Amino acid sequence: MELLAFGDTGWGDELFYATLMTIAVSITAMFIGFLFALIFTPLKLSKNKFLNFIANSYTTIIRGVPELLVIYLFFFGGTGAVMFVASIFGYNKYIEINAFITGAFAIGIISGAYSTEVFRGAIQSVDKGQFEAANVLGLNKFGKFFKIILPQTLRLAIPNLSNVWQITLKDTSLISVTGLVEIMRQSYIAAGSTRDPLFFYSFAAVLYLLLTFVSMKLINRLEVRYSRGY
Amino acid sequence: MDLELMINSFPKLLSAAVITLKLLSVSLIIGLFIGLFFAILRLNKNIFISKFAYGYSYVFRGTPLLVQIFIIYFGLGQIEYLRSTVLWVILKKPYWCAIIAFALNTGAYTSEIFRSAFQTIKPGIIEAGKSLGISNKIIFYKVQIPIAIRQSLPAYGNEIILMMKGTSLASTVTIMDLTGVAKYIISTTFKPIEVFIVAGGIYLFMTFIIHNLIKFLEKKYSY
Repeated sequence: MELLAFGDTGWGDELFYATLMTIAVSITAMFIGFLFALIFTPLKLSKNKFLNFIANSYTTIIRGVPELLVIYLFFFGGTGAVMFVASIFGYNKYIEINAFITGAFAIGIISGAYSTEVFRGAIQSVDKGQFEAANVLGLNKFGKFFKIILPQTLRLAIPNLSNVWQITLKDTSLISVTGLVEIMRQSYIAAGSTRDPLFFYSFAAVLYLLLTFVSMKLINRLEVRYSRGY
Repeated sequence: MDLELMINSFPKLLSAAVITLKLLSVSLIIGLFIGLFFAILRLNKNIFISKFAYGYSYVFRGTPLLVQIFIIYFGLGQIEYLRSTVLWVILKKPYWCAIIAFALNTGAYTSEIFRSAFQTIKPGIIEAGKSLGISNKIIFYKVQIPIAIRQSLPAYGNEIILMMKGTSLASTVTIMDLTGVAKYIISTTFKPIEVFIVAGGIYLFMTFIIHNLIKFLEKKYSY
């Protein structure tokens, strides 16, 4: 237990902040994923073949390629891409992108592909009559989407989104390869300096279990809230 | 775009893909038995046995695969007792550590797939077997298992693809699989996009093959 003491003698406070970092990265990545889903779900449902093709390529490629490879692409390629864009605007100095942003963006793109599939499925399973009824009531496009379709979509999507959240949360452990100090990286550092990897990695596993357990409980409450009409 | 690099790295990446496939197939086979074993434990009427099986699948599904690999590869070597047993021959090799982690991980997901497949079998089918005077053992092997396998094929296909992506983590314990070699080429040439296209293409091709194989099997065993 001494190893987990807070302060200079133990790793308790470091691991606590690392846990907060994991939560922060997961939430940011999930949010970025939602933004991607917001763009690609309409493309998937569009009648235009070309737009369909773009959205399908996105979800197929991201879901068929290992997460680690995507992270390496962003980790090694991100700086180059940003510097290239900057050089167009006449800025030629070296730019280093923050590991948090690269990581959250890489995981966000992955999470977005899964979210897109979830939202597509949920919108498609909203009863056709609901769309027609909204039209008959004379609601405009915004009213129809936000008041009629979205609440029903959310009810259907939440159980699957909770799976996406679990995947996203676990995927953040892979960002440790880029040096961002989250649970996995902190455990690696602690294991290295105390020569006690078994304890620290097991403790990391416990932290992840705790995070998944607590988030499941919270999502279940959300699920109850959104299905209260049924 | 550096086409020359893409062409040059293709054979290297392809031979690394063989290692990825080896890791995948060995861990899937072991994982299949683990999954079946724990699915049967899950359906046991004894609450301790079924809770134990549930705990196993909960822990392995609730923690990242990376943690599991690190515990087995870096952690287990710390136990002095293990070092003196025969197991150490296996556990000191990163290749086998990765396979043990993958097999235990996929075993947890597979046990959930099998469990739900067993639970969807209509009781009428089992009762029909009983009324024909067939013993419980034969009903299990000849009726329940074939139906469960058919039921779980689509979900298991997804699991194979997820596991294939999971094998990329073997590169974190020094195994030069497809991702490991891709990372090596990226870090020596600093051309991430080209390497990503080639390596990602190989992964997508493998996904495509697995996907169609499962579809074919589904058709073959549909009723």
